[in-house]
Amino acid sequence: MDYLSLASIFCAAFAVAFGAIGPALAEGRAVAAAMDAIARQPDAANTISRTLFVGLAMIETTAIYCLVIALLLLFANPLLG
Amino acid sequence: MNSPLDSVVLFQLGPVPITQAIVTTWAIMLVLVAGAFLLTRRLGLRPSRRQAALELMVATLDTQISETTGAAPAPYRGFIGTLFLFILVANWSSLVPGIDPPTAKLETDAALAVLVFMSVIWFAIRARGVGGWLKTFAAPNPVMIPLNILQSLTRVFSMFVRLFGNVMSGVFVIGIVASLAGLLVPIPLMALDLLTGLVQAYIFAVLAMVFITSAVETGARTSPNTDLAPAPTKKKET
Repeated sequence: MDYLSLASIFCAAFAVAFGAIGPALAEGRAVAAAMDAIARQPDAANTISRTLFVGLAMIETTAIYCLVIALLLLFANPLLG
Repeated sequence: MNSPLDSVVLFQLGPVPITQAIVTTWAIMLVLVAGAFLLTRRLGLRPSRRQAALELMVATLDTQISETTGAAPAPYRGFIGTLFLFILVANWSSLVPGIDPPTAKLETDAALAVLVFMSVIWFAIRARGVGGWLKTFAAPNPVMIPLNILQSLTRVFSMFVRLFGNVMSGVFVIGIVASLAGLLVPIPLMALDLLTGLVQAYIFAVLAMVFITSAVETGARTSPNTDLAPAPTKKKET
């Protein structure tokens, strides 16, 4: 196995590992804030959870980008031919 | 292991390669169209049980549209509802053994995203004309023109990657776990996949709706036309 494929595998692992940190923290903060809002105002729970879902999906996209980059490195790497 | 970025070609139809995702897509389309035709054939003023269920679905859709964006739901009901139902059925089609959901392939999601992109343009041109649509690109001031053009492309691209990544990663993880651990172990993951599929279909529809109304609205929000939609649902007593 040459060094290019070794480097690709390591980079794929690092992309997912480090790329998941930011979205994890962000989703935690978002859910905590939504819980706080629902606890303060239970009547607005429907609106809050709908907005929360959309926001979570937006945040999650960054992690999905990292996953797609990792998959590109592993399965469709242009350098490995 | 097969790459999740490739797709399996089943047979060639002339110069066109027919992949498994295309066959599944056409099957889903047939099911949806036949179901819609059969279910709406005899509609009466006194709704039967079947018609009541259908009306519940349409009313829920209308409430969601008008609550999310404040727009009147009638012009968007067909497009957004079809988008939601198709993605939902496509995501859940992984429950049928041997079928990969077509949304787990790049080309289906790209087609759906292109559909949203075109419909944003279409609704915007229909609402304000070609000149008005072009003027939205220079919205705060003309300096923003390249950024606005870039944004209209990247947000559609991000919808495409989001749907693809979520559905594909679910299928991929189930495949890995099934090959490592055995037959019944991935069942909890499949249950999680059902939830992900529902949420992703909902989010795709909501985002399409938000993009369309942001292109259509002139700034002042029109009051929602709620004569068809039921009163806001009461929260459950807890």
